Amino acid sequence: MRVQLTIQRFNPETDKKPHRETYSLDADPMDRVLDLLHKVKATLDGSLAFRRSCAHGICGSDAMRINGQNRLACKTKVRDLGENIEVIPLPGMRVAKDLIVDMEPFLAAYRSVKPYLINDNPAPERERLQSPEERKRFDDTTKCILCGACSGSCPVYWVNGIYLGPAALVQAHRFLFDSRDKGKGEHLKAVASPAGVWRCRDAYNCTDACPRDIPVTQAIDEIKRAVAMGEF
Amino acid sequence: MSHQHDVLVIGAGGAGLTAALYAAQAGANVGVISKLYPTRSHTGAAQGGIGASLGNVEEDHWEWHMYDTVKGGDYLTDQDTAEIFAREIVTAVIELEHMGLPFDRLPSGKIAQRKFGGHTREHGKAPVHRAAHAADRTGHMILQTLYQQSIKEQITFYNEFHVLDILIEDGRAAGVVAYELATGEIQVFQAKAIVIATGGFGRAFKVTSNAHTLTGDLQAILYRKGLPLEDMEFYQFHPTGLYRLGILMSESARGEGGIVRNGLGEAFMERYAPTIKDLAPRDIVSRSIYQEIRAGRGAGPNKDYALLDLTHLPAEVIDTKLPDITEFAQVYLGVDPHKEPVPIVPTAHYAMGGIPTTNWGQVIVDGQNTPLPGLYAAGECACASLHGANRLGTNSLGDLVVFGRRAGMHAAQYAAKADFIDLNPETGQIANQKLAQVRGANGHESVAKLREELQTTMMDNASVFRTQETLERQIGILKTLQQRYQDIGIKDRSTTYNTELMEALELGYLLDVSEALVHSAANRTESRGAHSREDFPERDDTNWLKHTLIYREGPGQTKISYKPVVLGKYEPKPRTY
Repeated sequence: MRVQLTIQRFNPETDKKPHRETYSLDADPMDRVLDLLHKVKATLDGSLAFRRSCAHGICGSDAMRINGQNRLACKTKVRDLGENIEVIPLPGMRVAKDLIVDMEPFLAAYRSVKPYLINDNPAPERERLQSPEERKRFDDTTKCILCGACSGSCPVYWVNGIYLGPAALVQAHRFLFDSRDKGKGEHLKAVASPAGVWRCRDAYNCTDACPRDIPVTQAIDEIKRAVAMGEF
Repeated sequence: MSHQHDVLVIGAGGAGLTAALYAAQAGANVGVISKLYPTRSHTGAAQGGIGASLGNVEEDHWEWHMYDTVKGGDYLTDQDTAEIFAREIVTAVIELEHMGLPFDRLPSGKIAQRKFGGHTREHGKAPVHRAAHAADRTGHMILQTLYQQSIKEQITFYNEFHVLDILIEDGRAAGVVAYELATGEIQVFQAKAIVIATGGFGRAFKVTSNAHTLTGDLQAILYRKGLPLEDMEFYQFHPTGLYRLGILMSESARGEGGIVRNGLGEAFMERYAPTIKDLAPRDIVSRSIYQEIRAGRGAGPNKDYALLDLTHLPAEVIDTKLPDITEFAQVYLGVDPHKEPVPIVPTAHYAMGGIPTTNWGQVIVDGQNTPLPGLYAAGECACASLHGANRLGTNSLGDLVVFGRRAGMHAAQYAAKADFIDLNPETGQIANQKLAQVRGANGHESVAKLREELQTTMMDNASVFRTQETLERQIGILKTLQQRYQDIGIKDRSTTYNTELMEALELGYLLDVSEALVHSAANRTESRGAHSREDFPERDDTNWLKHTLIYREGPGQTKISYKPVVLGKYEPKPRTY
């Protein structure tokens, strides 16, 4: 099939603001958007800049907005998009070049929730025990690949300026509900702050955007409820 | 810009982050350079598990794990390395749990373990539950956990920096030259010790499970400097890659009971490995698949693939233990593994060979194990040699943590006693000129086209089966490709995120590691592990129970020498399963 692929282009060295370019390509319905981007780069314009690495949805490099929805280019098939495809960078993040955005503010929010297991008790000689049920409690939020699709879909994240965003909260959930973690207060300093969970307005965009099928809004709501009930 | 660190780690995958953490805990000032963002590294794609004789499900012993590793490596594995590995991996897995890694659990609360290819009880009697796992995303969890700990340790990261050169002064490691992708600016790093942990080079082949970014950069940089690469002819093809795409379908699918079938529906591994069947090591299963296809028993309209059958497994096992690969099959091939078998072909997966090191990760420069002071390597880019001629499933994740840890600890100890070495003040300027030259290249050849030709011909001539004829042909092809590479053109002249420039540099690295692989393969006139020569089908211990060291004397000109295999309690025997 023939597709018209429109890509937002921006080279900060020559452009004042982003513009869109359309490329006409032959594609197989089973091709992924990432295949099309590679095709443009290989045959039409080598200067097209985008991030990618594993190309099968596990490294989180190629989150972008495709036909109005944030997704991974390597998991989005042409047959699900039709003949007209439009690709722009993740909204709410500074564009560095073409489809590449500045991930630093996103990662700063991530770091602020202290995304690591806190347990200062002396470690036992063998593994700490955890029941399958306790392990299951935070299974969904261990799937996060830090791609940014969720935060880049959140209307509060776009405009608020201080909101940590759903990805950081997903990471906090992963530790807050881990029975081995003894540092709930440490994680909550950022999570329960004015930049934290209470900024969430339950738009559910993040849940729709997550390429790992994490129930993101539900995870945020679980934190809200637990904080309100004083569970931590 | 210039930077200074006691220990500078290149690569932020499992080996690099482990090395960084242990070096930092030993008191070193540590920096980590990665050409990606952390957590984008390909450790995250590892699925099935990390093998350790924890004995949580059934009796197991480190000796059994050591034996399996040595036999799996077709006796090219150094047995002192395998012993260290099999002992220390038990501690390393427990430490990962203490760091927070969310392993799956048994009802007892202990870490869950499952069966995996080539891992057996009592020296080959039956498959054993050894692979500790977190669903089928164990590598993802390892990478996330290690990065989380790096944040806790406040380790300095240089994200999206691409290394151009390792600086060696007076025979000692002195620093690193890189450029920042975001700005194109050259950055010079002075370091007392350097740990290279940059992964493999699966992108030399057309069908691969590897990320686009796995292009053998640091192997090529050292090889160009006249340092040796070890056992490059041993390259593993994983038997179950998604048809055409090469995306990995974890061996844990077979560990949980999945069966590989041919086009006639036969479970053909019964014929090739009667004792452990589908859980035979990867080299054997990959060859068996190709033999079935060659005999006209492939599946599909062109009879050119095999089938991974999970349809007899309970839906709950597929959904809870293999969720990611189930999704891959659905997303990429439109096949639901609950209902129909998944089309698969062997896919380029793992380099057993690489930068030769001691058991402490010290890079060595010759067959007498002479270290290059201050230079370390760990993980897939290195060759300790733990995996010998064929790596067992799960042993790569084990390798990362055991030898990443050893390299990090040794590097920190070394750095504590070493001084910084003065660098040539013009280092940055020289690198800048070279980089500008590539960025300004206005030749006639396309990087994408040359890369495609490389990948196709390596697949045709130097993959699962090889002969002198195909390898000689590939030697000629590589020579031509290297010449054509001198005439590439680059359209993007910008300094901001010039990914075209990066891909051009990566192609140069790929061409050179391919050269090392193919020349080493043409030289080894026997079949062992993953190196299968149709013109020399037998293993030849009399002449070839030794490691290859390949040195580069100029483009296409190589010199080969050897290093003895460290033998031990397990005498080389015919390798049957």
